[in-house]
Amino acid sequence: MSVTPPVTASTLLRVDGLRTEFTTDQGPVTPVDGVGFTVAAGETLCLVGESGSGKSVSALSIMGLLAGNGRVTEGSVMFEGQDLAGLPEPELRRIRGHAIAMIFQEPMTSLNPVLTIGDQLAETMILHLGLTKAEARQRAIELLEKVGIPRAGAVVDDHPHRLSGGMRQRVMIAMALSCRPKLIIADEPTTALDVTIQAQILRLMRELSAETGTATIFITHDLGVVAEMADRVAVMYAGQVVEETDVYTLFDQPKHPYTVALLKSIPHITTPAGDRLTPISGSVPSLLHLPTGCRFRERCPHAMDRCATELPELRPLGGGVGEGEHSVRCWLYDETGTAVPA
Amino acid sequence: MVSYLIRRILIGIPVLLGVTLINFLIINLAPGSPADLYLSPTATPEDVARTEAALGLDKPVFVQYLNWLTQLLHGNLGVSFQNREPVTQLIADRIGPTLLLMGTSLVVAYLVAIPIGIFAARRRNTAADYGVVGASFLGISVPHFFLGLAMIYVFALTLGWFPTGGMVTLGRGGGFADRVSHLVLPVVVLATAVAAGMVRYVRSSMIDAFGQDYIRTAKAKGLGASVITNKHALRNALIPVVTVIGVDLSALIGGAIVTEQIFQWPGIGLLTIQSIGARDYAVLMGINLIAAIAVFTANLLTDIAYAVVDPRVAYA
Repeated sequence: MSVTPPVTASTLLRVDGLRTEFTTDQGPVTPVDGVGFTVAAGETLCLVGESGSGKSVSALSIMGLLAGNGRVTEGSVMFEGQDLAGLPEPELRRIRGHAIAMIFQEPMTSLNPVLTIGDQLAETMILHLGLTKAEARQRAIELLEKVGIPRAGAVVDDHPHRLSGGMRQRVMIAMALSCRPKLIIADEPTTALDVTIQAQILRLMRELSAETGTATIFITHDLGVVAEMADRVAVMYAGQVVEETDVYTLFDQPKHPYTVALLKSIPHITTPAGDRLTPISGSVPSLLHLPTGCRFRERCPHAMDRCATELPELRPLGGGVGEGEHSVRCWLYDETGTAVPA
Repeated sequence: MVSYLIRRILIGIPVLLGVTLINFLIINLAPGSPADLYLSPTATPEDVARTEAALGLDKPVFVQYLNWLTQLLHGNLGVSFQNREPVTQLIADRIGPTLLLMGTSLVVAYLVAIPIGIFAARRRNTAADYGVVGASFLGISVPHFFLGLAMIYVFALTLGWFPTGGMVTLGRGGGFADRVSHLVLPVVVLATAVAAGMVRYVRSSMIDAFGQDYIRTAKAKGLGASVITNKHALRNALIPVVTVIGVDLSALIGGAIVTEQIFQWPGIGLLTIQSIGARDYAVLMGINLIAAIAVFTANLLTDIAYAVVDPRVAYA
C-alpha cells in the first residue's frame, strides 16, 4: 500500500493507511480511504481539500469521535507510541482534551449554552490536571486573558450567549490550550467568522502555538489560510491524500493536477482585474460512486489509460525540493519526480 | 422580571373573564332547568317559576352573568343550588384532596419519566428503546376510566392489596399508611398518562441534545458518558420539557375529574361530576374559575421556570 512517511525523532503523530467506513441507508461509504500523514512536534500541518474530501472525518477518526455509524476499519494512528485507533474508550478519554485537544468550526454552537464559560473551561482542568475548583477558576481567568478576552474576570461567569462568535472561538482556543496539549486539531476554526475576526484568530493561534510549542493539525478549505498558517500541507481529494509537502513547495511547485488546478482557481493579487479564474470542471465524485483507478481522473486534464485502471499510490518524489518531503499520488510522476511521458 | 410578571397578571384578568363568560354560556345552553331536578314530578308550573326565581334563573342570561360577576368582585362565589352551602366553602373543603392527588401524581410521573426518557435516548433504536416507546404509547392511549377500573379489579378486588376507593378507611382514623394505600391506585392512574407523554418528550429532547455541537465538544474534552448525559445534555434537554409542565397540569385537571369519580376521591373532580348531574350552576362556575386560575398560574410558573433553566431567557 502507501509508502510509510518517514519517522523522525520529533514525529508526534503518524497516521498511516487510515480507512474510515460509515454505514448508511445506501450502503457503506468510506469518506476516508488510506489517509496518511505525519505531524512533527510543534509543527503545523494543514489538511486542505473541498467539502466532503474527508478532512473532518480524518480528524474525528484520530480522536475516536466518529458518530455511531462510523468506525475506523484499517490503518493506525500512532501518537507518542500508542495506536489511538485500537485504544479502548476510557484510555482515549484520558488523551482527549489533555494531550490532544480539538477546536471546532462552529463557535456559536460548540459551547454549552446553559453552563458558564468558567465552568466549561474548568471542567477539563479538574478532570485532566486534578485542579481544585478554585485553582481551575483562577487558571480559567488567566487563559481567557491569554486569548485576548477583555474583562476576563467577569466573562468567566458569563454564559456563552453573551459573547460574539469571535470571542466564543477564543474561548474554544482557551479551552483547547487549558491542559497544555501536545497537539491541537482545529477543524475549520475560522470558517464561520468574518474576515477581520478570521485574521485575528489566525494570528492568535499562530502566536500561541509558537509560544507553547503545540503542534497543530489545521483543517481548512481556504488556501489563503494555508499560506498563513502551514508549515506543511496535505492536500486531500475524495478521501485520500493526493499531495503532501512543505507549504513553500506546494505553492511554488505543485505536482498533482488537482493541486495545480486548485491553485489556478484562486485569485492572486497580481491577477489583472477582469481576468477569469480557471475553475475545476466537473464535481467531486459521490462516495457511493467512486470512479475506478485514480479518483481525480474524470476531472483531470492529463488523464491517461492507466489512470482508469490503477489507483496510484502516494509516493515520495526523489530529486524534488527536499528528500522524501514531497509526496504525490499521480501516475504523471515516476519515483524521481520527473514527468512520465504519456 | 417583576414588571414582566405584573404585565402578565394584568393580561390574565381579561383572559379569565373571557373563560368565565364562555363557561357561563355553555352551562346555560345545556337543556333543562335545575328547578326540574329539585321539584317532584307533581310540581305545578307555579312551583317551577317560584323555584327558578329563588335561584335567580328567571332573569336573562347576561343579567345572571353580571350578577355573578358582581358577587365575584365581593369575593362571593354564591351558594350551591343543591344544599345551600357557600361555593367557596365547598371548594375549600375539596381542594386539599385534589391538590394532594394531582401533586403526588405529577411528582411521581416526572420521577419515573425523566430517567426512563434518558435511558431510552441513550439506547436509541435498540430493543430497549422500542420497548419504552411502545409502552409509553400504550400509556397515552389507555383511557383513565379503563385503567382505573382495571386497577381496581386486579389490585383491589382480586389481590386485595389496596382499597377500592376513598381517601381514608372510615372509622379507622386514617393514619399515614392508610392514606398512602388509598393514594396508590389513583396516583398510578393519573401519573401513567402524564409519565407516558413525558417519557416521549424527554427522550426526543435528549436525542436532540445529544446531536448538538456542544456534546461533541464535551466528548472532545475527554468527559465521561455520565457527565455528558447528566450535566451537558440533560440541562439543555429539560428546557423544552419545562414547557410541557403547564400543559400537563391542564390535562391533569381533566384526568383528575374522571379518576376521582372512579376512586370516589373526595376532591374537586368528584364535586364537579356531582354538580354537573345536579345542574348546580353556582358550584360549576366556581370550579371552572378555580381551574382556569390554576392553568393560568401554571403557565406563569412555566415562564418563570424558563428563565431559571435557560440563561438566554431574560424577561424585561
